[in-house]
Amino acid sequence: MIVRKEDKVIVLGMTGKQGTFWTEKMQAYGTNVVAGIHPKRAGETALGVPVFASTAEAVSKVGGDVAVMFIPPSAAREAAVSAAAAGVKLLVVLTEHIPAQDVMAIHAAAARCGTRIVGPNTAGLVTPGECFVGIMPAFVPSVFKPGSVGVISRSGSLGTLVCLNLTRAGIGQSAFVGIGGDPMLGTTTLDALRALDRDEGTEAIVIVGEIGGAMEEAAARHAAAMKKPVVAFIAGRASPPGKKMGHAGAIVTTQAGSYAGKRKALEDAGVLVVDTPRQIPEALAITRNTSR
Amino acid sequence: MNFEEYAAKSLVLAPAGIAIPRGVLCRTAAEAAQVAAEIGPCVVKAQVPTGKRGKAGGIRLANTPQQAAQVAAQILGMRIGDYVVERLLVEEQAKIVREFYAAVLHDTAACQPLILFSTEGGMDIEEIAAAKPQAIRRLNVAIDGKPQAQDIAGMLAGLALGAAEAQVAGTLEKLYRAYRSRDAELVEINPLAQLADGRVVALDCKFTLDDAAVFRQQEIAGSAGAEAMTALERRGAQNGLKFIQLDGNVGVLANGAGLTMTTMDVIRHFGGRPANFLEIGGEAYTKSEIALDLVLSNAGVKSLVINFCGAYARTDVMADGVVKAWHKLKPKVPVFFSIHGTGETEAVALVRSELGIEPYDFMEDAVAAAVKAAQ
Repeated sequence: MIVRKEDKVIVLGMTGKQGTFWTEKMQAYGTNVVAGIHPKRAGETALGVPVFASTAEAVSKVGGDVAVMFIPPSAAREAAVSAAAAGVKLLVVLTEHIPAQDVMAIHAAAARCGTRIVGPNTAGLVTPGECFVGIMPAFVPSVFKPGSVGVISRSGSLGTLVCLNLTRAGIGQSAFVGIGGDPMLGTTTLDALRALDRDEGTEAIVIVGEIGGAMEEAAARHAAAMKKPVVAFIAGRASPPGKKMGHAGAIVTTQAGSYAGKRKALEDAGVLVVDTPRQIPEALAITRNTSR
Repeated sequence: MNFEEYAAKSLVLAPAGIAIPRGVLCRTAAEAAQVAAEIGPCVVKAQVPTGKRGKAGGIRLANTPQQAAQVAAQILGMRIGDYVVERLLVEEQAKIVREFYAAVLHDTAACQPLILFSTEGGMDIEEIAAAKPQAIRRLNVAIDGKPQAQDIAGMLAGLALGAAEAQVAGTLEKLYRAYRSRDAELVEINPLAQLADGRVVALDCKFTLDDAAVFRQQEIAGSAGAEAMTALERRGAQNGLKFIQLDGNVGVLANGAGLTMTTMDVIRHFGGRPANFLEIGGEAYTKSEIALDLVLSNAGVKSLVINFCGAYARTDVMADGVVKAWHKLKPKVPVFFSIHGTGETEAVALVRSELGIEPYDFMEDAVAAAVKAAQ
């Protein structure tokens, strides 16, 4: 899930307002956009690339490793399932508020087709100095700069703040992996942590988590066995206990998803957990000087 | 969104072919008496979109129309949780032999639907899970498929359901279809009762519609129970904004759930108390004008943090909305900005020139200043 400038990127919904705005930003930054998809504008050229009626057609004509969706919730299931069926290896689902049962269908199709989903409700992926896929301000030099710290974030806005704090402290990033804010994600904190652990360009990792779910706890178990230092910030300590999801939901996930539980799991695994985002650069300096 | 029992039974269970008791929705004690005269001994049930109605005294038996009128008068106007009872379901009494629990819901860990069944009906599922976890049977279903008869039979094996087994199995299949066709987040029958006459009937139902699926569930979405909200929260909801009023005095306006929560956390970190949660991330980032109005309408607010970190949300668009609202509302409370990310150069320039305010470099500094100002 670390995007490279050679990766061929197909943009679903490229000709819409947001699709156009962000595709131009991606192209200007260095992303290899090879095609756009729009059923009614097939055959046209937009933003310098051909527009096809379907992802399958684009893949067969110009190839495609990665697809990114600027597609409204009501059409997201069909677009994602057909992109997976077209053989795209990595599908970045930016769409927020996709009906949960459609999200399940998207994940089921991805599993059948061997497609990795990032998202839904992700802000995307950034490889600073190389390319980005999604809706992150990769092109704002005060936020991102190339380096060796990998950042994993459920939130786009908070992930942006964390990268900004790193960059200001002179710490560049090897990759930003936005995993998304939905409860059912194709790529979890653990998946991203494993990928960054394997990545040769990454020397340390920052996990930007949130209350709810059990992803940080699962990632903590892996972090305990890692050589690379890991620092974490978990948002939601001051949030009132959730009103939603009474009854049966609680017993299915068999965990509370509380701030305290996540912090303890991470700290028990040797991860340094900070209180505010500004403390992250200093925490990285400490963990890098402490042998694990 | 949660549905009241009557709506859940009539809109979700009955159309799926699941048996429910005869019953009528009533708004007055007189109506309740009239219904009782028609159907005989009855149960009078408060209709509010929340649990624990029985424990709160909101469910009572009545054997005569007079009794029905009496208990109806007692229940109407009662407060249960955050709700005041305005409607009653008057239902025929059931002769219960056994009570079961049945539900279909999202298993978010498996990314699949999950059918739950237990012979320990009547209790909350949390209580069953704590007291007798082995009494809960589970069946995951592939979203593109449907539960197979042999899988349901396997799920019910060894539970000694006897003559009720076929009806229970049928109910679970129907409940699964209802979950799929109605975009349920949760549909729960508790209790699912085996009656003296042998029938298996849904005596209560909880249905939560996936908020994200409202666009394709228009025919039922309007029947959802009203959510308990403060006046300001309701105004936020009417404008498509998730606003949660809290008891603190530092107002928060930030974009994205993660950054908003973090802003609240940092307020706490510096010894302050946040006055609200307000999400203007995603498409809502263009609504900063109404958002600011909401935050400032909260009487407890003594200072305000505006924390923008633009990814998708353009800070220049958000700052423009804030400036416009500021000129209109002319607020007296001190405000502290931190602005970064997409559009930050334009946004910072706008706040500087229009409001004469210099944004802080670090959100922590903006928050610390706001906490101090609120004291």
